[in-house]
Amino acid sequence: MGRWVYFVPLALFAALAGYFGVALFSGRDPRELPSALIDRPMPAFVLPGLGDGGGVTAAGLRGGVVVVNFFASWCAPCRVEHPLLLRLARQERVHVVGIAYKDRPEDSRRFLAELGDPYRGVGVDRDGRVGIDFGLYGVPETYVVDRAGHIRKRFVGALTPLVVERELLPLVRALERP
Amino acid sequence: MRVFLLLFVLMAPAWAVLPDERLGDPALEARARALSRELRCVVCQNESVDDSAAPLARDIRVLLRERLAAGDDDRAAMGFLVARYGDFVLLRPPVRADTWVLWFGPFAVLLVGGVVTVLALRRRAGGVGPQKLSAEEEVRLAALLRDEEGRR
Repeated sequence: MGRWVYFVPLALFAALAGYFGVALFSGRDPRELPSALIDRPMPAFVLPGLGDGGGVTAAGLRGGVVVVNFFASWCAPCRVEHPLLLRLARQERVHVVGIAYKDRPEDSRRFLAELGDPYRGVGVDRDGRVGIDFGLYGVPETYVVDRAGHIRKRFVGALTPLVVERELLPLVRALERP
Repeated sequence: MRVFLLLFVLMAPAWAVLPDERLGDPALEARARALSRELRCVVCQNESVDDSAAPLARDIRVLLRERLAAGDDDRAAMGFLVARYGDFVLLRPPVRADTWVLWFGPFAVLLVGGVVTVLALRRRAGGVGPQKLSAEEEVRLAALLRDEEGRR
């Protein structure tokens, strides 16, 4: 055996360090969890509606590209992203559905009356169980669901104009294409 | 001094599990506690669901107890949460083909390093055997032997 064997442990260590290093330094925020539901069917749910428009069900959303937004009146970042949702719904004609997470209906109503209502329907998730079914770990969270009812992407935290412009809208447009 | 002691005693066990969450059945409750210690609180991320005071951790504790009370075994109850939150909720990563590097990589390095070290040590030990004398040494040795013979 030649002298090269002495470099085997070093090479092995370098390979391991590289493997873990890529994960550490890829610029990915480790706190931003990948959703376990990507490309999987949206969880089935039946929620009472906030207004007079009736409830919101997963089955009822099938057939179109939908943006599902979890929000709450007590959530400050939700206020920050709200104008973007309004723009999505009004200018871009995106089908946005809201789920009021662990919020009193009267508070959610006041929130929407104050800031404007971008949602075509709002489901009331008082105990947060639908949130858990989605793998939600905070509000706001926004899910893009395709025609077949599969979750295609999740956005954790408040949407930003950049994220909407570069990721959310292009994805919605691509999914809308026949 | 006594006041301090009293404060220490009061400080000690601050359980996050609230009395109203506990199950009536002690065996079931013990299973729920054991499982929730293995679950990561996804909000605080480096705390277990058992330790965390976050509202979502509370929801998950309650949910876990409901699943157990409904007759789920431990694997099914954990699977329920993994299906929603992914492997990330498990504080102990599962041993699977894609986590072998994580689990066994360091041991592989240790093993290979050990083997190479042993080989190197052996080679060094073998390298210090009897060696031939140099020409100069041969001359000196011959002279010494001659002297010895001359004295006899």
